[in-house]
Amino acid sequence: MAFREVLGVYKDLDTAVAATDALADADFTREDFDVLTNAPYPEGAFGEEPGRHRLFMFPLIGAASGFSVGLLITAGTQLAYPLVTYGMPLLSIPPMIVIMYEGTMLGALIFTVIGVLFESRLPRLRLGVYDKRITAGSIGILARVPEDRFDAAADALRSIEHENIVLEDDNGDIISENEPKGAQA
Amino acid sequence: MQERHPLRGEAITRELLRPLTQTPMVFWIAVIILGAVLTAFAFAVGWMFYWGLGTTGLNTPVFWGFMITNFVFWIGISHAGVMISAILRLTQAEWRRPVTRAAEVMTIFSLMTAMLFPFLHTGRPWRTVYWVFPYDFERGVWPDPRGPLVWDPAAVFTYLTGSTLFLYTTLIPDMALLRDRSTGWRKTVYTILALGWRGNERQWKLQLVAGILLSALILPVFVSVHSIVSWDFAVSLIPVWHASIFAPYFVIGAVHSGVSAVITLMALMRWLFGFHNYLREEHFDSIGRLLIVVATGWIWFFLLDIIFAMFTRDPRELEVMHQRIFEWPYALLLAFIFVFAYIIPVPVWMFRKFRRNIKIMFWTSLMVNVGMWAERYWLILPGLERKFEFTFMWSWYRPSIVELTLIFGSFALVTMLLLLFSKIFPPVAVWEEKEGVNFAQDIQVGKRTVHATIREE
Repeated sequence: MAFREVLGVYKDLDTAVAATDALADADFTREDFDVLTNAPYPEGAFGEEPGRHRLFMFPLIGAASGFSVGLLITAGTQLAYPLVTYGMPLLSIPPMIVIMYEGTMLGALIFTVIGVLFESRLPRLRLGVYDKRITAGSIGILARVPEDRFDAAADALRSIEHENIVLEDDNGDIISENEPKGAQA
Repeated sequence: MQERHPLRGEAITRELLRPLTQTPMVFWIAVIILGAVLTAFAFAVGWMFYWGLGTTGLNTPVFWGFMITNFVFWIGISHAGVMISAILRLTQAEWRRPVTRAAEVMTIFSLMTAMLFPFLHTGRPWRTVYWVFPYDFERGVWPDPRGPLVWDPAAVFTYLTGSTLFLYTTLIPDMALLRDRSTGWRKTVYTILALGWRGNERQWKLQLVAGILLSALILPVFVSVHSIVSWDFAVSLIPVWHASIFAPYFVIGAVHSGVSAVITLMALMRWLFGFHNYLREEHFDSIGRLLIVVATGWIWFFLLDIIFAMFTRDPRELEVMHQRIFEWPYALLLAFIFVFAYIIPVPVWMFRKFRRNIKIMFWTSLMVNVGMWAERYWLILPGLERKFEFTFMWSWYRPSIVELTLIFGSFALVTMLLLLFSKIFPPVAVWEEKEGVNFAQDIQVGKRTVHATIREE
């Protein structure tokens, strides 16, 4: 089933929470809409906490990859041209640990950032349904609903005093009902 | 206690984005002066590359001089940035908000500058490509990971990459803010860097988790980097370098100079950008208290290093330590280090009214770093200025005008990069300040109102 997005932009916390109540009254669940803000609010301010994530897996995968690369570089370079010194073992473990440690941490750091972007669903090539007033302090309630319930969601968002309603039309074009002055500047 | 200053959302944005929108005359004066110093720096680099290392004061057996001293100094400065940011994030200290961004940026620019110096020091930097590829392609002779000079780039590269990613992750929401407020080429740049950020609950949740996770990962790296830098010296057989205490000693020295540099930077930002509502006396007070502990830890390791060298009764160690403590110019330098890095600043920081005096904090933090630069020089040079047992070589080191220009140029480079950063990106995290407002709460206790902050577990 095709989904469409509609965004209600509200001036303050009270009207934004009222809009979420209006959506709930129209039989939409918390999974049907998102709250867009310019800064984090205490968890649960807008209802349920956001969905689960698997971010903690990423540093572990990165650490394992980084360790392997560190091992490959240190052992590989010593084995590539074996230089036996005073009959000592070819692979010198203590210095290898230093490089492998740095490799492990580097892998964990890089994969954590990849994980943050992946779990945040970034990068988004198109902003889609969005309003600049959100970064200026307004609060957006973004409903993503099936086609047949789209009008009900838009009406629920319109029923509360709002600054703007932004929606996708049938062709997928973005329509802003109350374009802010200079928004396209 | 957290002091409350009522700030509104739009006012926060307007004030914190002021450096991007307004350019005071002093900014242009600074750019012209720094540009002139950087031109001299570029000329000195070109001169040295053309005529060779003979233009420096380096000569057998003293092959590590001002450039390596400067490398160690800037690595040290880079340490406090991420340390402050990471520790304060992990402990959810409220006063971190205006400090973290500038500290992280300072880390990156200091590290970049630090990395420049070992390359310059080689005299023929393009030949360092051998460190990455085999020395001899035909026979496949690879760089030897057993040498500390291979560990060093590995550690610094990890730290630089990690710090840059750390900074970028926390910059994304502010990029979205700038994307929505800018035009022209700036809008294009911010749109690309914002990655399509919309600020939904999931993105904010992950932003906060990422801050904690990356902090936890970068702290061990921060400790490892300066440990490994210290091993450049400690794993050699040079007397007074060959000390097992060097790793923690270097790390705490780095924290001492780095945290002081954060204070210098905060005072400059407050003055230049008018961030009086954000970089407040309470922040200088908090960091001042932290510095008393750090400085006292550093002086302990400083003394231990001397005591351990004398405890061995090794004639080579004693000879160099005698030179360090009693002979010109190192005796004077030792007094200079003590006075500048501890004896003056720490007693001053003991008093709350001085910790809350921005000018005093600025000058004392600057003194610490002058002292700490001297300390790096005092640690590195005397061990090399002696007669070597097998070659019977001996010489003094006197820095040349080329090296002096490089040192001043490095300071100009970091300052210039910080100034340019503040013209393109907010030097204080706007979203973090707004988060602080959202999490602030006033609790009514009888007739009194008590300031509180919501803290998430």
